[in-house]
Amino acid sequence: MNKRTFLLAFLGFFFLSHLTMAQPEMADTMRSEGKIYVVVAILLIIFAGLFGYLVMLDRKVTRIEKKLPEKKV
Amino acid sequence: MKTWLKITTVILLTYTIVAGLLFDVPRLNIVNETIRALYFHVPMWFGMVVLFCVSTVYAVQYLRNPSIQKDINSVEFANTGLMLGMLGIFTGMVWANYTWGSPWHGDPKQNGAAISLLVYLAYFVLRGSIENEEQRARLSAVYNIFAFAAMIPLIFIIPRMTSSMHPGSGGNPGFNMYDLDSKMRMVFYPAVAGWILLGIWIATLRIRVRKIDEKLIELENE
Repeated sequence: MNKRTFLLAFLGFFFLSHLTMAQPEMADTMRSEGKIYVVVAILLIIFAGLFGYLVMLDRKVTRIEKKLPEKKV
Repeated sequence: MKTWLKITTVILLTYTIVAGLLFDVPRLNIVNETIRALYFHVPMWFGMVVLFCVSTVYAVQYLRNPSIQKDINSVEFANTGLMLGMLGIFTGMVWANYTWGSPWHGDPKQNGAAISLLVYLAYFVLRGSIENEEQRARLSAVYNIFAFAAMIPLIFIIPRMTSSMHPGSGGNPGFNMYDLDSKMRMVFYPAVAGWILLGIWIATLRIRVRKIDEKLIELENE
């Protein structure tokens, strides 16, 4: 290998590595397929929140029911 | 409602959201990805019909053997059913806007659904206009049966006899209507079950609150 090819290869490598550095690809799953997974995550958070809220309401009603004296309506 | 049913509801609906957005669906023109709305829009109506059905059963039971409890059950199931129906109308309008071209297209099923919601709204107007408790319960129970009887042709029969843009017009759609391939059924049926269960859960919660209310009134009168 002479000096010239070495220099070309070195420059080529430098150029390529620079190209990949210009497009950083990270956290691929959440960014793939038009970022649909982000929507899924948002909906899951909303539903988790609403269900948690519903469960808390359910428990609150149970607690109040227990406070009332036992008597048939 | 049993605790295991509530847990099932949460599992089914979590599955519906994840699978409904990510699983494969048929590639169709015009509807494109909105086919996924099937997992969320249609179960609203399934839920509404089930809840109205339960409401009517309690109304019939009330007329056979009157009790405050049956009246409360009947009202609260109708109330939750109406809520699901309104969500069905609004989601349908959004879907229609982007696939049929306008939110209100005068589609027979759309009109029928709107009329039956108005019929059920009148049920609450009727209840609100009667002071006497027993009279209110009895009259609204009778009206409830009529409302249910009116809803069936409005939603299930008339749209199928005329040309409707909803699936299943001009015939019996059965269960293979929406080109429901087996992959979509895997999500659609759990979705329907999940949304119906959620409706029943909310309805039972409302019934329990009403029961507490009744008890408090009773205690005050003592």
